[in-house]
Amino acid sequence: MLCSAVVVGVTACGGGGGSESEAGDNTITWWHNSNNEPGRGFYEQAAKDFEADNPGVNIEVQAMAHQDMVDKLEAAFQSGDVPDIYMERGGGELADHVEAGLVRDLSEDAAEEIEKLGGSVSGWQVDGKTYALPFSVGVVGFWYNKELFAQAGIEEPPTTMDELGEVVATLKGAGITPISVGAGDKWPAAHYWYYTALRSCPQDVLEDAVTSLDFSDACFVEAGEALEQLLSTQPFNPGFLTTPAQEGATSASGLLATEQVAMELQGHWEPGVMQGLTENGQGLGEKTGWFPFPEIEGGDGDPAAQLGGGDAWAVAEDAPDAAVDFVKYLLSDEVQQGFAENDMGLPTNPAASDSVSDPALAELLAVRDAAPYVQLYFDTAFGASVGGAMNDAVALLFAGQGSPEDIVKATQQAAEQER
Amino acid sequence: MAGPPAGRPGRDKRRQRLEILLFVTPALVLMALFVVYPVVSAVRMSFFRWKGFGPLVDFVGLRNYVSVLTDSVFTDAVMHNFTIVFASILVQLPLGLALALLLNRRIRARGLLRTIIFVPYVLAEVIAGVVWFQLLQPRTGVIETVLSSVGIPVPEQGFLGTPDLALATVFVVLTWKYLGLAVLLFLAGLQGVPDELSEAAQLDGASWWQIQRRIAIPLIAPTIRTWIFLSMIGSLQLFDMVWILTGGGPANATTTMATYLVNQGTQRGNFGIAGAASVILFLIGFVMAIAYQFFVLRRDTKAER
Repeated sequence: MLCSAVVVGVTACGGGGGSESEAGDNTITWWHNSNNEPGRGFYEQAAKDFEADNPGVNIEVQAMAHQDMVDKLEAAFQSGDVPDIYMERGGGELADHVEAGLVRDLSEDAAEEIEKLGGSVSGWQVDGKTYALPFSVGVVGFWYNKELFAQAGIEEPPTTMDELGEVVATLKGAGITPISVGAGDKWPAAHYWYYTALRSCPQDVLEDAVTSLDFSDACFVEAGEALEQLLSTQPFNPGFLTTPAQEGATSASGLLATEQVAMELQGHWEPGVMQGLTENGQGLGEKTGWFPFPEIEGGDGDPAAQLGGGDAWAVAEDAPDAAVDFVKYLLSDEVQQGFAENDMGLPTNPAASDSVSDPALAELLAVRDAAPYVQLYFDTAFGASVGGAMNDAVALLFAGQGSPEDIVKATQQAAEQER
Repeated sequence: MAGPPAGRPGRDKRRQRLEILLFVTPALVLMALFVVYPVVSAVRMSFFRWKGFGPLVDFVGLRNYVSVLTDSVFTDAVMHNFTIVFASILVQLPLGLALALLLNRRIRARGLLRTIIFVPYVLAEVIAGVVWFQLLQPRTGVIETVLSSVGIPVPEQGFLGTPDLALATVFVVLTWKYLGLAVLLFLAGLQGVPDELSEAAQLDGASWWQIQRRIAIPLIAPTIRTWIFLSMIGSLQLFDMVWILTGGGPANATTTMATYLVNQGTQRGNFGIAGAASVILFLIGFVMAIAYQFFVLRRDTKAER
């Protein structure tokens, strides 16, 4: 308050007011999580190229391990001192950041890029405004071991829930544990319910639920019933209730990577995770297969809709304008193509779609691009509080201690508290 | 034996006080910064709806306390904590005492046995947890492999994955981990029991067990009561082992007050609710500590007078 009274002639008021003038400080801080080669070097070069084209702009790049970055970001949000460019996962998390006035609205400044990215930006929109540009969006699906499928005599991956049930029975008959799930971490189990909801509920019901937090439509209970049916076939690895998602060889991803199970429902990061969990660093290698979540017969949801999510570049509210230009540059054809060629993620710019080299990922990308819409993971979309309650309730269903109605009830209850 | 130089006692005293102040100040500053301030802000936080960033503006009064106390996951967690408190006293106390009495005798390999029992206590809890998690892996873990090989049936979902067995399994691991402390404390207490007493009793024809029951155990009662106190407080704050072995699952079967508040705070972003839960945890611990002090430990301080 004192500051504004003496502002004339005083430039060092501090507090991050975002008042950088044209000739002022054009230093941009950028935090990202590509701290391994080739990603790290690729991003360094991108920053250098941008600096060369924009004299006076200086980009301070900080590459961190993912969890380090998440932890540091959390502290940054608490203190209000957010880096100029950072990663946003969208949904409720983003809505909270917007509400706290931390994120810059990019709707007009990046209108052209938003147009080009199309539907994939929807996860990063709040009240019709776009706050971040997604650079990598993937979808969740079944990763499977082609060799184990062949060994059990399965020729085609299942396309309906009934067929999935048959595949489970066939695999069990061949003495193979069909599916691993890291229900100890809850979200991998919750992904099943997200998908059964996606297959049971029409798009408008889901879209409406994300904003109104109203789960009264019967399709949400039907989703739980479809899941219960799958659970009744007992397809999962022994001890799945305490199995972690992806830490160590006995985690769900570890079990798939070491060929203890035939498949696992996971996101697009799975090949990378599996590589880290095998001694030779190859993961499943050539045996890696992928198929989308099956259709529910009679479900009102679109069988081609996919569940997914990704990472987007957001600009802090008080960042210099050059930060917006740099984010736009990061989404350009050129940078996104390089991003795809280096297997750093699944590009969102259509011009880079053909540059993905990994065959399983390319298949996944085709499914994503063909999807009428990609539903952001519910726990991200609804925010940690409602999403956490939802995940806990789904985990209870997995443990045989909850009903399809309980999931809806617990979620609704957590949603009431948000109001 | 030259004492401190006589004369100018006033100045010496003042200097002494200054010295005390000088040496204590850093500790006080650290205490204020890392203990008092967080405690005060946790209490303050518990009256707000707060997501972890931005200013504290959304005052909700006691609503966070109501949601914690009406949440069956939390009330179950309180029950789990008390189950561990009582199970520790009922199981670890007799077991620890028996081992201490045994190890206090002149038996072969006494040092080795003492070490074996004490080593788990020295091990970091996180490391012990990770090791036990691997040992308890369903089907492939060492424990199930051994049990199956001798024909003992193992649960379908493993010991940690079966809701009805998970808390008991965690307790077994905790007992393995903390029995060493009980034995160590009791042994130390037994060292203080004068040999003459048992020798005299022996001359009078008392058996070994009679000597332990009538002389040794009553004499180490204050040590036992102190151990109960430590065990009680530790069980109420139980976190690490549960977090690593089960994360509070399956189906919340092993949730403790501490895992509940960490889950609500860092994972769900409900910092207000986590604050309320931590205040409740503190109050429960505080009341129990005071009550124990008043009803049980007071005897010890009185006896010493």
